[in-house]
Amino acid sequence: MMRIVKGNEAAAIAAKLAKPDVVAAYPITPSTDFPEKIAEYVANGELPHTQFIPVESEHSAMSACIGASAAGARACTATSSQGLELMHEMLFIASGMRLPIVLYNANRALSAPINIWCDHQDSISARDTGWIQFYGENNQEALDLMLMSFRIAEDPRVLLPAMTCIDAFICTHTFEPVDIPSQEEVDAFLPPYKPTHVKLDPDEPMTLGPFGVPEYYQEMRYAQHLAMKNAEKVIDEVFEDFERRFGRKYSKVSPYMVEDAEIVLITLGSVSGTTKEFIDKMRKEGKKIGMVKLTVLRPFPFRELIPLIKNARVVATLERNISLGYGGAIYADLAGTLINEEKRPLLIDFILGLGGRDITFNDLEEIVKVCEKLIRGERMERPVWIGVKKELVT
Amino acid sequence: MSETTSLLASGHRACAGCGAAIAVRQVLEAAGPNTICVNATGCLEVTTTPYPQTAWRVPWIHVAFENAAAVASGIEAAYKALRAKGAIPKDKKPNVIAFAGDGGTFDIGLQALSGMLERGHNVLYVCYDNEAYMNTGIQRSSSTPFGAATTTSPAGKVIPGEMRKKKPIALIAAAHDIPYVATASIAFPADLKRKVKKALEVEGPSFLHILAPCPTGWRFGTEKTVEIARLAVETGVFVLYEITNENPLRPIVTKKIKDRKPVEEYLKLQGRFRHLFKPVKRQDIIDKIQEEVDRKCKLFGVDED
Repeated sequence: MMRIVKGNEAAAIAAKLAKPDVVAAYPITPSTDFPEKIAEYVANGELPHTQFIPVESEHSAMSACIGASAAGARACTATSSQGLELMHEMLFIASGMRLPIVLYNANRALSAPINIWCDHQDSISARDTGWIQFYGENNQEALDLMLMSFRIAEDPRVLLPAMTCIDAFICTHTFEPVDIPSQEEVDAFLPPYKPTHVKLDPDEPMTLGPFGVPEYYQEMRYAQHLAMKNAEKVIDEVFEDFERRFGRKYSKVSPYMVEDAEIVLITLGSVSGTTKEFIDKMRKEGKKIGMVKLTVLRPFPFRELIPLIKNARVVATLERNISLGYGGAIYADLAGTLINEEKRPLLIDFILGLGGRDITFNDLEEIVKVCEKLIRGERMERPVWIGVKKELVT
Repeated sequence: MSETTSLLASGHRACAGCGAAIAVRQVLEAAGPNTICVNATGCLEVTTTPYPQTAWRVPWIHVAFENAAAVASGIEAAYKALRAKGAIPKDKKPNVIAFAGDGGTFDIGLQALSGMLERGHNVLYVCYDNEAYMNTGIQRSSSTPFGAATTTSPAGKVIPGEMRKKKPIALIAAAHDIPYVATASIAFPADLKRKVKKALEVEGPSFLHILAPCPTGWRFGTEKTVEIARLAVETGVFVLYEITNENPLRPIVTKKIKDRKPVEEYLKLQGRFRHLFKPVKRQDIIDKIQEEVDRKCKLFGVDED
């Protein structure tokens, strides 16, 4: 059924279709619609068994999800920005305890200064927490990725939490047509969660979250690493099954006109749409530009990425984040991906679109110009900042 | 007094004479095996679960320091949801008990505790109070009593130990207007167990504040734990009371004291108060402690005529 919904509602509908046992969430702009919608579904009897816990903080939201998941429940939450930061400590614990909690994150800039608009600093800062990370381009992807994330996270070969990240306002508050699958279709795709690895049950007492001494700690981390490796395969399987059932194709990396591209732009999230249009325009002007959209950031799609970009002359990352004192986070991942390849492109990171600043064709043109300079042999300091009003910075 | 097979098995790494371990054993004896425990980070968690060993014969989970109440909320909600959808039997209703020390309750866990109490989860929250951050090496908390020396409220040449008074945590819990709040002491196990049972019988949140003397942090001989816990009650330093739905917000003393002993008898047995006696006796501070205890005992109605 097609409906015109905001990104937040698309994510909430996905959660509803997954029939969660426990949703614990705290309001924060711009993801607040999510807990509002869940509360509404519960109040209207549309989620008859679901317990909605209106917690007193995001830290407690994730803590309650951890408790619920450990007790055998399907648990999910939603947050953004400062909220994701407040639950940062718990993100590691959810993953370390191998609890397949699902989180919806509205990508929003971090304070200071306080800013409610889009960038990716929040979830980028959480990329080492042991969570699977999906980035959606539009509202349909918000729904689909959320739905798939339950099955991927709960797969016995994975058992890791997963977050779906959607751009603040650009998607969260924009109405778009979204194809909503039926409950029957979703039930057939997503079986109920029946954990065997954890259980808080007096009939079979189990100690969860013990003190990990040096003789064992490293092995537990290694097991998490293996689970992430397993997730690579499981994500592909679930994407394929999803396409078979629902007709929408997903892949960890989505190339656009990369076959002959001299310059490949790497994108995350909603800017991918703008970039595709921009590439169409550039192609008409005879410029060989392509794009790769990353849908999955963790586990990092090394294998899929390398063949798509290694023949380009320049690969440019569009970064709505900055690791201050270093540069773009995606750049670092890509550099690590390419460093041992015999043939590899030049790599450069562009910092732009922070704190809700729009990314326009003009910005993308500037990026292309810099990439062309690199091709001509010019060298420059990186990262390159796009659209900074330098007169305001003293 | 204790059953032979404790739900907290012997062989854990707690110090000899640990008040917290005694408190947990007494609570579990009253609660029975149909119980899920949540444990905040602290001595209790560290000493009972060095992987791959565990002292817990009931299901147990530790997540972090500040969120035992929130984790317990999630467990309780999960059981509700799983019952509602028929995934588990309708009558499968284990007790959910959160254990946290004073640091995890009075300080870093207060917000999560308040949230859990306010939302009305059917959880018993037990604070085992040893009046400082013992696991990290005896730092003051907002539970540390006036005059006590800790490593962050040392008895110096100018400042004689902790200069703030103890936060009234059970009254703060009671201010949430929850069905049951009580204080208890390991020196009065029958009273403690009765309170645990009462707390688990009510529908909704309950809070139990147990004074759990710590030989290492309070600096007394390991054989004196129960004696000191008893003296805390007999001197009026720690008042045993309960607050029920029948008399909301009104503490009813459950152990009235006849001929209340002077606080000095309690203080002088503990190294954390040694500076009040040597090298010179700080009668002024001892008097101040006594005045505060007298005031509190009058307020609660501790003294038996």
